[in-house]
Amino acid sequence: MRATVLVRPKQGILDPQGAAVERALEHLGFAVSQARVGKVVDLEVAGDDETMARAEVEKMCEQLLANPLIESFEIELHG
Amino acid sequence: MASPQPRIGVVTYPGSQDDRDALWALAALDADAVSVWHEERELPSLDAVVLPGGFSYGDYLRCGAIARFSPATAAVCAFAESGGLVLGICNGFQILCEAGLLPGSLLRNESLRFVCRDVPLRVERSDTPFTTRCEPGQTLVIPVKHGDGRYVPPPDLDPGQVVFRYRDNPNGSVDDIAGVCNEVGNVLGLMPHPEHAVDPLLGSADGGLILASLVEAARDRALAVA
Repeated sequence: MRATVLVRPKQGILDPQGAAVERALEHLGFAVSQARVGKVVDLEVAGDDETMARAEVEKMCEQLLANPLIESFEIELHG
Repeated sequence: MASPQPRIGVVTYPGSQDDRDALWALAALDADAVSVWHEERELPSLDAVVLPGGFSYGDYLRCGAIARFSPATAAVCAFAESGGLVLGICNGFQILCEAGLLPGSLLRNESLRFVCRDVPLRVERSDTPFTTRCEPGQTLVIPVKHGDGRYVPPPDLDPGQVVFRYRDNPNGSVDDIAGVCNEVGNVLGLMPHPEHAVDPLLGSADGGLILASLVEAARDRALAVA
């Protein structure tokens, strides 16, 4: 099963990359605010049980993919 | 019994850069400095461990995130939990944070630029095994060289764990924090590089005060065991 993990800087954590992207977008004439830059991890999980796959990816996030002090994560599964 | 040279291990990960400088600096300060390969599951008999600077495992995902799971890091964690002295410098500090031996995390510099220059630090505590040669309030000039040195403490950090602060914050660290220790005080991490400031020929010997404190504390431990 295919999984996508979105890792974001937590609210309140200064994100200078997001700020730089926001300034660049403003420079291009876009009306934007509060840009934040995170990461995407795409992966293939063994098995096709969605509940088990989600539990497995959650463990991956807690142990490695996200640092809970500074990052939040969101998991998307694609059958 | 003759005063022994304390044995201090320096871990080399794939991507470590300052391991040799750390070995050189510790030997110059009269320690028996030994290299420890990252695949070692058990440490040799040591009186202290240094995790050096560099870019372990390419700093992929987050700085220190992969190194945290290397066999040598597990051995260092066990060593620290049994009270052993552990010093993490730059990438070593990032690894100790990822491993949970130290509180907080190190993120991209606020400027988004790599900084490489001498910085003045204020010593906040001289009662740790890493700072006995320093005075509280003393200024040390030690180089930094990092792109990810912005320290973010956990919300409940005890300010008493802050050992060094920047006098001129180079990276946007919260509360100007440059180095922190764990609650017990046997583990210290800092972004500046004391091993690059041991020989006055290189501009400052202030880093020698930190490493000499460590060597002395390690020697005391070696003597206590002997």
